[in-house]
Amino acid sequence: MTKTIAKTVLSLNLNGVVRDDVIPDNLLLVDYLREKASLTGTKIGCDGGECGACTVLIDGRPRHACLTLAATCQDSEIETIDGLSRDSRLTALQRGFNEKLGAQCGFCTPGMIMASEALLRRIPNPSETDIRDALAANICRCTGYVKIIEAVQFAAQALTEGEPAA
Amino acid sequence: MNETSPAQSIGVPKPLVDGPEKTTGKAMFAADFQTAETLVGRILRSPVAHANIIAMDIAKAEALPGVHAVVTEADCSDSYGVLPIAMNEWALARGRVRYRGEPVAAVAAIDVATAQRALDLIEVTYEELPAYFTAEAARAEGAVLLHDDKPGNIERDAEFDLGDVDAELAAADLVREIDVNCAEVCQVQMEPHAAFAEYDGARERLTIRPSTQVPFYVHKMLARTMGMAEGHIRVIKPHIGGGFGSRTETLQSDLIAGLLARKARATVKVVLSREETFITHRGRPESRIKMKVGMKADGTITAVDFTVQQRGGAYSGYGIVTILYSGSMIYGLYNIVSARFQGVRVLTNTPPCGAFRGHGTVKTRFAFEGLIDDMARELGLDPFAVRRANLLVAPTMTENDLLVNSYGLDQCLDWVENASGWKSRKGKLAPNKGLGMACSHYISGASKPKHWTGEPHATIHLRVDWDASITLLTGAAEIGQGSSTVMAQCVAETLGVDMGRINVISSDSALTPKDNGSYSSRVTFMVGNASIDAAQNLKARLVEAAARKLEIPAADVECLGEVYRGGQQDQGLTFEEVVMEALSGEGTITVKGNYDTIPESWGGRKYRGAAIGGTMAFSYAAQVVEVTVDPHTAEITVDKVWVAHDCGKALNPLAVEGQVQGSVWMGMGQAMSEETAFHEGLPLAANMLDYRVPTIIESPPIEVGIIEAADPHGPFGAKEAGEGSLSGFLPALTNAVADAMGVRAAELPLTPDRLLELLEKKVREDAATSGRNRGAA
Repeated sequence: MTKTIAKTVLSLNLNGVVRDDVIPDNLLLVDYLREKASLTGTKIGCDGGECGACTVLIDGRPRHACLTLAATCQDSEIETIDGLSRDSRLTALQRGFNEKLGAQCGFCTPGMIMASEALLRRIPNPSETDIRDALAANICRCTGYVKIIEAVQFAAQALTEGEPAA
Repeated sequence: MNETSPAQSIGVPKPLVDGPEKTTGKAMFAADFQTAETLVGRILRSPVAHANIIAMDIAKAEALPGVHAVVTEADCSDSYGVLPIAMNEWALARGRVRYRGEPVAAVAAIDVATAQRALDLIEVTYEELPAYFTAEAARAEGAVLLHDDKPGNIERDAEFDLGDVDAELAAADLVREIDVNCAEVCQVQMEPHAAFAEYDGARERLTIRPSTQVPFYVHKMLARTMGMAEGHIRVIKPHIGGGFGSRTETLQSDLIAGLLARKARATVKVVLSREETFITHRGRPESRIKMKVGMKADGTITAVDFTVQQRGGAYSGYGIVTILYSGSMIYGLYNIVSARFQGVRVLTNTPPCGAFRGHGTVKTRFAFEGLIDDMARELGLDPFAVRRANLLVAPTMTENDLLVNSYGLDQCLDWVENASGWKSRKGKLAPNKGLGMACSHYISGASKPKHWTGEPHATIHLRVDWDASITLLTGAAEIGQGSSTVMAQCVAETLGVDMGRINVISSDSALTPKDNGSYSSRVTFMVGNASIDAAQNLKARLVEAAARKLEIPAADVECLGEVYRGGQQDQGLTFEEVVMEALSGEGTITVKGNYDTIPESWGGRKYRGAAIGGTMAFSYAAQVVEVTVDPHTAEITVDKVWVAHDCGKALNPLAVEGQVQGSVWMGMGQAMSEETAFHEGLPLAANMLDYRVPTIIESPPIEVGIIEAADPHGPFGAKEAGEGSLSGFLPALTNAVADAMGVRAAELPLTPDRLLELLEKKVREDAATSGRNRGAA
């Protein structure tokens, strides 16, 4: 029968909420988010590190949730697409992806937006090359990326014109 | 005075009506559904490429604690498939497996680990058979048949011989041939296949949420496979993470989820891995095309003579349709009369191919547009001039009886020629840079009815309730292409109301009218027209109600969208007041609209399968690609693409641009880097690292010109926008490489190693030529 897998009490800040969960040590962060925390905004598009759909922010940095063990996120701050908008108000990036059609089927979108979020926090006024570099690990199969670049540029402009980030 | 005027929705860039869900993570895809008791479904797949199944023992798996169901072919009532004449696939292999990875059995268990252990406990005894991984091997004399009723392992021979090809080739000033081979490619939509199935054991009812483009076909195949009445199955389409044809047919995972849920009498979720999604395949077949074209000195094409061989994989699927498209669509783009086609679709021990975006047309277009580019060069003609020498004049019927009612290719050519600066830049670029161009086209839905039940091609319901909101009920599958948005636009425009009044409910068999689904670029044209019809019917009801309330004849009612009035001085009635009157004594009203194609669009009868290609309208596209080639590494950089697409009328210009950019880009992957690969039937590139989908780094700017050659039958003149631009990229790229480096690519994808080989061969040949010349001097 099943070998017993060691368990850890994981304490972290998930989208602004501090929580504790008992988790097996081999649990991936993406499974923790989707199954334990019922936050299904983060997507699984591949078998590990191929597509970027699961990109979340760990302490502000974009990471593949499918290549991260949840247990390594002890005391971390995790941000996912589910917690990005506050009070149902779309952020500049979400508006950009919506209005510029950066999202067609929407499956890569959570990862794209989180990777872009990390970029705009680091470089509020990114060049096109900055955007391409920041999204190099995120595959989209619908847009050819043209409108994704426009969506990020839209958000950057909206933010530099003084709109609050969320 | 009331200054109200009808709201405009058509021709205005509109974000998608379901955009906010997608950008906030709230959109629910099949794998996102979960209940506390949901069981995990896992599939056992064949480890061999071709074998008889001698025995299977599932007893140990069934006995494992935590296992709720194990299903095999014994649980299936029937086979399934696409065409009524070729339903030779089973949800779980019956008696024989025909490719590595074919589903053999499946389990539902409390968790992944238990399900995986149960799979390990299933004992299958295989008796291996010779397996064939190339079309040539499968066609060889004495090859074992994959299917007893398919002699020679031929799924279908297709042919036509129209006009007088031999005489026209003889009459040409230049006749040239090309022999190309294009790799098999896979859709790689971002969402791996998944299905969430709930079985109500008390009532013997199934509710399923499959990741599909064709909920209606899945519904029918579930009923067939499970031996259930269609009325006992409810299919609800969740958000769909793209398709591109990978889910244009029912997949085993859809059926297996239903079978497991019934046997477990529980809720089961089947989510395929990316590797399994590759193995499920349904992509574009490897195709070998040999083509001969005759041309006059002025560029006029006299005849086309070509053969196509497709490696179709282990089952029929859409195969017959694919091979027919690869022939019939030589017509419809240019004024070609004489053409001869011989196609063969071969069954092989590889995963089944399907209906990939640009279905059947892409590789033929690649061969043709490359060949005529070389011929233009030889004749001293500009590539644009050769295309312009062969334009159609609409309205017309092609030699194979395809209806062409609208034709914007000439405008597409003009647009890309100007936008790219072709005239001033062609031939004057720096070394190792090149410009190439090509044209393409695609159908706006297959016109001939697939089922002969008398059902219309499309039906839309509009429900209006006391709150004066309009609910648009459609079976058309929104898969990210924006179909729900375009339908809302059609209804809003026809009624003159703001789009915000309209809520779209897409694809729930308990609520929405039947629709064939999202494939062959049928939705905008067919469902758009049905939406307009429904809105007109609703408008008539509202005008009638307004007339009653205003006590004037209906003919005198002026409809301004949000206001209905009797004359300019009349303050009129608000939309809400009109709705109240219409519903008074009547209750909630539902009106419907239908769409049917006209028989003239059904294709001809000149050869077997001539209906394939028949459509109400063709989209047209032209594109120019600019490349830079690194002469040392043979790496190609696509610097820019200019593409013009004739979509008749851009109902939603934002979505048209997005579709065209996505098509061109998908063509780029196929042209440059994407290819499946197998070793003895074992997939070698069943992941997104080895199967090279272009990243944002190497993806070029794509400038889109929208051309609107309105179609008389299109919804507001519209035609398709989501497929026609794809196939042109492949030849435009290789034509650009030919311009830059002087070599013709005949094998795709044109990876650096393939191009390097061509460049080195050219160096050797040039050296030999100059050596001979020196010798002669």
